[in-house]
Amino acid sequence: MSAAIERRAIVVVGGGPAGLAAAIAAYEAGEHDVLILERDTQLGGILNQCIHNGFGLHTFKEELTGPEYAQRFIDRADELGIERRLGTMVLDISSERVVTTVSAANGIDRIQAGAVVLAMGCRERPRGALATPGYRPAGVYSAGTAQRLVNIEGQLPGREVVILGSGDIGLIMARRMTLEGAHVACVAEIMPYSGGLKRNIVQCLDDFGIPLLLSHTVVDVEGRDRVEAVTIAQVDERLKPIPGTEVRYPCDTLMLSVGLLPENELSREAGVELSPVTRGPVVDQSLQTSVAGIFACGNVLHVHDLVDFVSQEAAAAGTQAARYVMADAEEASASRGIPVAATDGVRYTVPSFIDPQRMDDTLTVRFRVANEFRDRYVSVYLDDERIQHRKKRVMAPGEMEQVVLKRADLLAREGLSQITVKLEEA
Amino acid sequence: MAQETRELICINCPMGCPLTVTLEDGVVTSVSGNTCPRGDAYGRKEVTNPTRIVTTTVPVDGSATERMVSVKTALDIPKGKIFDVVRELSGVRAQAPVEIGDVVLANVAGTGVDVIATKRA
Ligand SMILES: Cc1cc2nc3c(=O)[nH]c(=O)nc-3n(C[C@H](O)[C@H](O)[C@H](O)COP(=O)(O)OP(=O)(O)OC[C@H]3O[C@@H](n4cnc5c(N)ncnc54)[C@H](O)[C@@H]3O)c2cc1C
Ligand code: SF4
Repeated sequence: MSAAIERRAIVVVGGGPAGLAAAIAAYEAGEHDVLILERDTQLGGILNQCIHNGFGLHTFKEELTGPEYAQRFIDRADELGIERRLGTMVLDISSERVVTTVSAANGIDRIQAGAVVLAMGCRERPRGALATPGYRPAGVYSAGTAQRLVNIEGQLPGREVVILGSGDIGLIMARRMTLEGAHVACVAEIMPYSGGLKRNIVQCLDDFGIPLLLSHTVVDVEGRDRVEAVTIAQVDERLKPIPGTEVRYPCDTLMLSVGLLPENELSREAGVELSPVTRGPVVDQSLQTSVAGIFACGNVLHVHDLVDFVSQEAAAAGTQAARYVMADAEEASASRGIPVAATDGVRYTVPSFIDPQRMDDTLTVRFRVANEFRDRYVSVYLDDERIQHRKKRVMAPGEMEQVVLKRADLLAREGLSQITVKLEEA
Repeated sequence: MAQETRELICINCPMGCPLTVTLEDGVVTSVSGNTCPRGDAYGRKEVTNPTRIVTTTVPVDGSATERMVSVKTALDIPKGKIFDVVRELSGVRAQAPVEIGDVVLANVAGTGVDVIATKRA
């Protein structure tokens, strides 16, 4: 253990779209000592299994599939010669930014990073978290696992399918399974609205006549070795099944698409403060977490539905990480800034603290709403003064929203103590 | 003169803008609700000649890393031909090395559109 510990300016944990964009931006901001650590054998993250199109229209003005979108960033990282270690899993990050990795090639390694960018993505909510009773027979898959099986391994998980949960992966898989010759009986969603993008409901369900049953859930799974049937019932406002509404669907596969959770085991161990709402780190205007020099972006910060926004956010995190290591670290880790409150239908904002002295001329604040809303105004208040008021025809929990704040506006208010983002009826 | 409006969701990108298309005697007179020009074009086309991009996978032989290679129709094809496209692709295998953009199947299902690879293998 006497060997000197490896020192790197910026270590990016995760080589998905967030990690790639962060590494590229850090390099372009002038810090060339950047290292990407990725546990998989290739870069690109979840995009490798997202073979459908719909990525990057806002970034590249053309509609790409997941692998194509990832390749653009991989090519750029190659061009810049950004170093990456594949097949390398990060086991631990300390609050002093010592990153411990394990790989088949090198065993256990430790790296002292000047700054760390967290870009580990998210994982699917496990089925154990669901209250579906009965045995746990084969044939119950999370939608993401099924996606991997079909698109990467080339195996069809089943022929007669029921999907629980209308998250995007479930919707995408409803179409995918149909194209592969399976029959998808229905998608059941316990909430009165879908958790997925509207475009996916149109082109993955409506196009194929697959019914979306809102306010419905699975109340029984039959079969000991393999799923034989599931029973679906309607639920009341309190999400309790309504007796007498049960319908039995014979099937061999139950697919679960019940949400994603940011992957924050490592962040927690590093002492990073996590938000109970997003389950991701609490960050300031620089996307810096509560631990100095540790930044976060992409799905590890909050779950995104649009990769374009992941790339933008990650580029900001990478740039800030580069500034952090190139500047005086002490200067960079001063006060936390002004809290951003999310109220009246706004569930959370990222960031949740803003220091006007340190922000760029403009700052994008992303948020999600708590329910489906029509014809509401998105308002921004600086203390009690309303400075933005913009009407939106439709907002839904499945779609991320944003407001752009101007530094000049914030600086113009002396003694500013709170920024509020909320929805208003007029 | 028969006026008719249809509510659609633009599927051209994940923003999913809600569109209102107005038709007079079956001819589109206006589209509203779109954020960008693609939404206007989509609204007009969807009520007259709906089309889709089809994405799927085909097995690849001789690749060190991949078992399957993802593919897409290079352009939109008529919505009614989605299953014809998939059916024609069911026997097709790709041969490594494959580059993004390589034609995997030309003129699929008589649409005049090629199926191209979207991943290296
Ligand atoms: C099924 C699905 C469909 C989607 N469809 C669309 C769409 O149509 N259009 C669109 O714009 N967006 C879509 N998205 C959203 C977008 O693709 C994601 O938000 C984006 O890929 C998230 O990027 P990320 O880099 O944060 O996470 P990921 O892509 O998950 O990357 C995280 C990376 O970190 C690595 N990692 C994790 N932990 C460790 C560790 N301890 N050590 C080393 N490496 C680690 C992982 O292996 C992975 O490669 C979709 C997402 C999903 C899941
Ligand atoms: S109108 Fe433009 S921005 Fe809106 S969904 Fe269509 S393509 Fe996207």
